[in-house]
Amino acid sequence: MPHVRILIRPKAGILDPQGTAVEQALPQLGFEGVSNVRIGRLVELDAADATEVAAICDQLLANPLIEDYEIQVDGAALAS
Amino acid sequence: MSEHPTLPAPRDLPAGAVPEGDAPGLENAKALGLTASEYDLVVQKLGREPVQVELAMFSLMWSEHCSYKHSKKLLGTLPTEGPAIVLGPGENAGAVDVGDGWTVAFKVESHNHPSAVEPFQGAATGVGGILRDIFALGARPIAVLDALRFGEVDTDEVDASGAPVGEPGDTAGTRRSKFLLDGAVRGIGHYGNSIGVPNIGGDVYFEGPYETNCLVNAMALGLVREERLIRSAATGVGNVVVLFGAATGADGIGGASVLASAELGEDDASKRPTVQVGDPFEESKLVECSLELLELDLLVSLQDLGAAGLTSAASEMASKGEVGLDLDVALVPRRMEGLQPFEVMVSESQERMLCVVTPDKVDEVIAITDKWDVHGTAIAVVTDTGSFRIFDGDALVGDMPIPALVDDCPLYDIYPEKPTESIYPAPPRRIADGLDAGAALLALLGSSNVADRRPLFEQYDSIVQSRTVRRPGQTDAAVLMVPGPASRFSVGGGDAAGAGHPAVAPEAGAAPTGAAGEPATGADGGTGDARDAAAAGKPISGVGVAIDGSGRRVAADPYVGTIWNVLECAANLACVGAEPLGLTNNLNFGNPEKPHIAWQLTEAVRGLGDACRAVGSPVVGGNVSLYNEGTTGPIYPTPVVGMVGKVPDVSVTAPVGFAADGDLVAIAGSFSPQLALSEIAKLEGGAIPDGLPAWDLERTAAAIAAVRDTVREGALSSCHDIAEGGLVTALAESVLAGGVGATIELSPFAQDDADGRASLFGEAPGGFVVSGPAEALATLAERTAVTVIGTVGGGTLGVRCGEQALELPLADLDAAHAALGRLFA
Amino acid sequence: MPLRIGVPQFPGSCDEVDALLAAGHVGDAELLWHRDRDLKGVDAIVVPGGFSYGDYLRAGAIAGLSPVMDAIAAFAKDGGPVLGICNGFQVLCAAGLLPGALLQNADRRFVLRQVELSVETTDTDWTSAAEPGQLLSIPAKHQSGRWWAPSELHAEIADQEQIVFRYAAGGNFNGSLDDVAGVCNEGRNVVGLMPHPEHAVDPLTGSTDGLVLFRSLLQGATNV
Repeated sequence: MPHVRILIRPKAGILDPQGTAVEQALPQLGFEGVSNVRIGRLVELDAADATEVAAICDQLLANPLIEDYEIQVDGAALAS
Repeated sequence: MSEHPTLPAPRDLPAGAVPEGDAPGLENAKALGLTASEYDLVVQKLGREPVQVELAMFSLMWSEHCSYKHSKKLLGTLPTEGPAIVLGPGENAGAVDVGDGWTVAFKVESHNHPSAVEPFQGAATGVGGILRDIFALGARPIAVLDALRFGEVDTDEVDASGAPVGEPGDTAGTRRSKFLLDGAVRGIGHYGNSIGVPNIGGDVYFEGPYETNCLVNAMALGLVREERLIRSAATGVGNVVVLFGAATGADGIGGASVLASAELGEDDASKRPTVQVGDPFEESKLVECSLELLELDLLVSLQDLGAAGLTSAASEMASKGEVGLDLDVALVPRRMEGLQPFEVMVSESQERMLCVVTPDKVDEVIAITDKWDVHGTAIAVVTDTGSFRIFDGDALVGDMPIPALVDDCPLYDIYPEKPTESIYPAPPRRIADGLDAGAALLALLGSSNVADRRPLFEQYDSIVQSRTVRRPGQTDAAVLMVPGPASRFSVGGGDAAGAGHPAVAPEAGAAPTGAAGEPATGADGGTGDARDAAAAGKPISGVGVAIDGSGRRVAADPYVGTIWNVLECAANLACVGAEPLGLTNNLNFGNPEKPHIAWQLTEAVRGLGDACRAVGSPVVGGNVSLYNEGTTGPIYPTPVVGMVGKVPDVSVTAPVGFAADGDLVAIAGSFSPQLALSEIAKLEGGAIPDGLPAWDLERTAAAIAAVRDTVREGALSSCHDIAEGGLVTALAESVLAGGVGATIELSPFAQDDADGRASLFGEAPGGFVVSGPAEALATLAERTAVTVIGTVGGGTLGVRCGEQALELPLADLDAAHAALGRLFA
Repeated sequence: MPLRIGVPQFPGSCDEVDALLAAGHVGDAELLWHRDRDLKGVDAIVVPGGFSYGDYLRAGAIAGLSPVMDAIAAFAKDGGPVLGICNGFQVLCAAGLLPGALLQNADRRFVLRQVELSVETTDTDWTSAAEPGQLLSIPAKHQSGRWWAPSELHAEIADQEQIVFRYAAGGNFNGSLDDVAGVCNEGRNVVGLMPHPEHAVDPLTGSTDGLVLFRSLLQGATNV
């Protein structure tokens, strides 16, 4: 059964408080020069029919209004 | 419904059958925390060496955490009986009668070591655990409070002249304390907010000795009709034991004995994998499911799984019922593969409950657990053998007499010895000597032990369930309507609250427009809830709740300091007109095998008993957390007390804040402040004194009762207990809470106080700042000492006392008081 | 016949009892189970606060797919009055019954605070008894209450006067776009807001300003 990884992240331009917090913490730890930190989530699943995964994302796993997602099937990116 | 064909049944074993497997032996027993003589005793009780499952179970049941082997003898001296006590120590929680057939169950418990390792999950699962203790009694959880202790978060150190000492800013220690504070507060909020139980109060102190061993004590209250209280005793041979809730994983295996009995060293990160993870969503379903099972009268008994998991829960149920159990670990639903039988028995996976059910009701019970997605599984059966026999499928893997597990752990005497000198270093100095009164007050208001707690309690939902009449910060004790109108809609109240979820009729005159013609009806009546009470013109009753426990004063004098903590709790209750019904305590101490810790513990328990008798508040139960020692030595001895009191009319409570221009301000009560040990002395780097002056306990208790009685009459505009920071801090707090200034002038009244400093900044129990019209203060003066010291009004706090004088605008006070906000920025 | 108000309960709902209690001030309140499609013939729906399904995945996402929400969507489509409070607002947005989305608060923390809300429109089923511009003192308590919509959608609902409540000056603690605290659908029968009017119906617990939302139902009922 194909193994699917779905990367979900806040859409560009939407305030991501977690990302902002991490970005602000990094210089305190001595890591300078890091920017555009965005924090999303990773969903892993095995799907009998990998072509359904985009619909699953649209209907449940992601909120298309505020989130982008990227689907990888067995390690290869799937155009979405 | 006929008997379920696949239910667990008592097993027939050939005579002399012994469990399979080798005995791990003495060295492994020692690694699990048993002493050689305890191991010998186990061998004697079993008539052979214990096999793996047995050794794991004995090591847990005989750990300090489960057996209280170093404290049980002392705890027996505490008063546990009183007219309001419905359930005393021994069950999952205690319970008191609050009138009209309703009882409030409550208990405080610690989750110190798990929180020191992983503060978010440690604190969250601490809340989850104490809530399970409450609904295991059949009570709906209605409130949480917490007592938190961390190391210093204030940073810059100065010398006596005020010149900086050392590097400014955070140290490794303050960073760690901030990390622990942030994690614990988020964890408590995450769990309590998500499960819909209001967090109505608590206290927090920052002191050096807690730096590597923070304290997280959580208290919970539950509400239940007295006839609906359920016990945990397993009874009825042939009855079935059903496990429901989360599946079992490897969480906290060995946690109870390893984490709770070893002092934390530098390598605590390596203990991280054993931390339990909490799931408040699972628990919220568990609450509703448990209460519905009880509502439908389907259970013989109910017990939660806490520390020591199935081992402790099942063996204590069997012990109370004086029965045996045959349990098959193969039937226990797992979250992961490869768990050994002993791991299933000791796993501390959270959000699990155990119930005993007659065989004819098992199907119905499992159907209810399925409805709530907390699927139940029959895993054991009650037997007449008196033994706890563990099977893995057909194989016998453990066989232990229940009394040996539960009752036969040796109890130890402890050997108290007062240390010749203080075992605690003086705190770092934060301010110069001899600051003027205004600067000293601002420094106090901005110090972490005195600053406004709002940045913490804003992170908690204090109002869900619609019982909260006084939110944190409004009054010195929280006030809940009990039972409150919401009880009508909640499963768990019993028949008198209406089974299920009955509708209520529209209230009388609710809508000025558009609702005309809707008649007022008393609904189903007779529940004692607010709607009926209001309709009948009766006052709405409730409870006041507070939790207190400064460790520094107990470090100075364990006996007097503990009394002080109890009096402070009673004083907080007095401000809302609450008369104590009962008290729960959590004794947080270091290693009792050390003579000076044994002395602290012995003296503190003696003080607790004397204070409870003086304020008329028996002990309904509690918890002991020992071995709280970090890399720099023991914590301050910290007996935390949580008290519940009856409020006859929740609409009559006195707020902290001054209310009306022109009101008189007075000191009331029995109050003899001294500077040693005070917060100002701490800021000046003062060492902890050796002993505190004793005061007249009966007189102080009487003063507290006098204030309570006067608050109940509704005449006082405000009432605030004088605590950390002394009189001047209490005045500033009343000014800030009320948003109105005051002008105060008084003569020094503390002993040997020529310059007035001890009167303003000194601390002692039994004093209140009250305000109100002259007649109200005159009434109070007939009952206890009252000294009028000023009037309410204006936009500044002005105070004169001896050589001390200050005049500060509210905005300046407010800016200083808001200091804790920076910790959560 | 008194008004009948249904309150759906999801696993993880917290404020359903509070919603029942508040609804009881203007009618008969009834609990509805998330697995049932039967709305028991109620006249209005209040989707309560809490953490339905633990708020796992995204706040309100899973509850939006439950059978009871199917029925509520149909009820709303037929013009039935529906109020979503806090998690209920999140559920209605996730189910597409209300515009926008609720994101994590700008400071990432759960915050309870008594806030002032201004009533931006009285032309909805849940604000018809209020005065335009009326200020309501109501508690808010949430961790994911930052309302957001893409600029076209925001402009459209502002233009259609679908912004029902705004945080009064200085009160927008969660970082919501345009200070929005509550919105309605095009039909103006579905309203959602983050603050909790059901926690402001009794002077003993702080305020009675929230009652006006529930009383608006009565006004609607008498107009029918």
